[in-house]
Amino acid sequence: MPTRRDLLKSLAVGVSAGSVLRMIPLQAAEHAHRMVREERAEASGGAYTPKFFPAHSYQTLRSLCQTIIPPDEKAGGALEAGAPEFIDLLTSENREYQMTLGGGLAWLDSLCSDRYGKVFLECTEAQQKEVLDQIAYRENARKDSSLGTGVQFFSLLRDLTTDGFFTSEIGIKYLGYIGNDYLAEFPGCPPLPES
Amino acid sequence: MLEIIRPGKVYDVCIIGSGAAGGAAAKVLTEGGLSVVMLEAGPMVHPATDYKEHVWPYELAHRGAGIGGVGIHDFSRTEFLAPNGYWDIEGEPYTKAPGSKFMWFRSRIVGGRTNHWGRIALRFAEVDFRSHSIDGRGDDWPLTYQDLAPYYDKVDRYIGVYGTKENIPSAPDGIFQPPPKPRCSDLVVKRGCDKLGILCVPAREAILTQPLNGRPPCHYCAQCGRGCKTASNFSSSQVLIPPAMDTGRLTLVTNAMAREILVNDEGKAAGVSYVDKTTRRDQQVSAKAVVVAGSTCESARLLLNSRSRRFPRGLANSSGVVGRYLMDSVGSDGAGYIPALEKMPPHNHEGTGGLHLYIPWWKFDRKNEFLRGYHIEFGGGRNMPEAGEFHGVCHQYEGYGLPLKRRCKEKYGAFIGISGRGEMIPNENTYCDIDPNVVDEWGIPVLRFHFQWGDNEIKMARDMQETFRAIVEAVGGTYLTKAQNTGEFPHGLSTGGEIIHETGTVRMGKDPKTSALNQFCQAHDVKNLFVTDGACFVTNPDKNPTLSILAFSWRASEYLLDEARKGNI
Repeated sequence: MPTRRDLLKSLAVGVSAGSVLRMIPLQAAEHAHRMVREERAEASGGAYTPKFFPAHSYQTLRSLCQTIIPPDEKAGGALEAGAPEFIDLLTSENREYQMTLGGGLAWLDSLCSDRYGKVFLECTEAQQKEVLDQIAYRENARKDSSLGTGVQFFSLLRDLTTDGFFTSEIGIKYLGYIGNDYLAEFPGCPPLPES
Repeated sequence: MLEIIRPGKVYDVCIIGSGAAGGAAAKVLTEGGLSVVMLEAGPMVHPATDYKEHVWPYELAHRGAGIGGVGIHDFSRTEFLAPNGYWDIEGEPYTKAPGSKFMWFRSRIVGGRTNHWGRIALRFAEVDFRSHSIDGRGDDWPLTYQDLAPYYDKVDRYIGVYGTKENIPSAPDGIFQPPPKPRCSDLVVKRGCDKLGILCVPAREAILTQPLNGRPPCHYCAQCGRGCKTASNFSSSQVLIPPAMDTGRLTLVTNAMAREILVNDEGKAAGVSYVDKTTRRDQQVSAKAVVVAGSTCESARLLLNSRSRRFPRGLANSSGVVGRYLMDSVGSDGAGYIPALEKMPPHNHEGTGGLHLYIPWWKFDRKNEFLRGYHIEFGGGRNMPEAGEFHGVCHQYEGYGLPLKRRCKEKYGAFIGISGRGEMIPNENTYCDIDPNVVDEWGIPVLRFHFQWGDNEIKMARDMQETFRAIVEAVGGTYLTKAQNTGEFPHGLSTGGEIIHETGTVRMGKDPKTSALNQFCQAHDVKNLFVTDGACFVTNPDKNPTLSILAFSWRASEYLLDEARKGNI
């Protein structure tokens, strides 16, 4: 099996005079990498400053993200995958997300204050679990309509947290995705079980 | 208000549009020695810088989901896709008649929709040209498969199509490169088809598996939709426009939005008036012939807006058929969970950016509850994860924590998607006309869509859903789609236009009273005017239209070339 570099080179050789190609793949690959480096440089620069969420809300968001996709022995969790930054960026640009997530975080603190006399982050682990176990399932909102806001909020946050995690380098590795490659030949499917 | 610039040059041909039809015409006409000016309503495409091939989602701040996550809900807005087109274009609206729903996907860029299309390259069958004679609905084409076949051959040879010779009457063979090996999701579907007696064969895709004309073969990254930097798949911008440019006879004018086709005192097309979008000024080009290839509905719009004392109903429209006989493909989709796929070890599942296997129309030899037919496309498996990938798993299982994380991993790659694409029979309630009350930001009157599916389409969609379920269940899977039997879109029937196979509106035919064009895409009313895109279609068989558009445009262009040489234009 040729290496990716070999293959790129062979692709470049294919581009001869009279070819319909107007560029060389190696240059294209270079461009993509440069573009990415530039985006990254812009994104880095020390601690992340949230674009939308106020500091306290963002702390709560980070905690919830890590609870939704926690680290285990195989891979880091949503925090290590940069999910909160991703969610904050999208939310800063999306009015609906602002309503659902911004409103949902406030709703969560207000519920915890009513119930336990303190905001979500200051609650005990058991108290946090009690609340999350309620808002993590649609069925609970059907039984108790006062949970509707919380269930809707958590559902969107769960969607976006999995998006943030599974589009990250560690999330993609955790899944075992193999690809985004240059192959000379497609290997086809390994033996497939009967059912 | 309008500053009309009249440059002295008179081109042999002005082509409007640079997609499949415009690109084919440009290649054939310039290589034939004619001077051509091409108007494209969008900008140039630059594969080296515009295409996000091989970029990982985490290399982009939005992870490919686009600003505000818009791409999670609208595929045309993901950051990875080739710059292609959108359902809505700011400043360029269209309207829908009361009670009609229609979606119109437009690409304003050199290459048009060929920059991102699915590359599915299917020939019409012999019967597709004479469906009226067979079942009494719609109309026959003014030509036969044998008339078009040499041009399918030319197109296959030039653009490169993979597939296999199968001798299936509903799906004629082409000139094929070898197909890639099946993916796991393909083998699963094939296994189900074998049990059910459904044909399932290598797909026909305009993607190279062998070098062709200096284009290297596919490198199997499955990212055709992002645009291919190596031009290993077919797009007009990378495969047809460059050789036309190489002749030195093509002048490409970008950001040029055609306003109307100009006619001279003899009633012939004399040129095109267009808006230069960058300066917002009106301009004109003069040409001895005009090829309209702006995409089906845009082409109808341009003709309808080209009104004059001589042609009060619009150009090439003495028959009144322009805008009529609008068709899309009948679409219905489903999804299944396949336990056998869940058990697969990590492996490279990608292959080409197109189908490896497909199901051609297999019930051509029996009486069905509906007329005409459909084919089935399918995919799934361990693709590069993208935003939205696990929303289904999240909604199904809910919860949070390690159970959720593990479940996503288990279910990754275990789903398949199945899509039916079938023939719509044109009906009198489905057409487009000019909305008398709305203009776009360039002052050009916009299209108004009238759309209604017929009974035949609804029955076809039901059959699709039943077939999808049967295939999934035949391999021990769970069919997940819950299509309603009633309502506006029963059985998962798509919205008109949604499949992006809109055709018709300037149809060809033998009779100038009931058609706008002859079999060479030449207007009955205006001999130096040709419409060579999907607008010329008489029927819309279950074959994705692009390959046929290429063949029709190639044929029309050779005819035009021949007529020009004879001095008939």
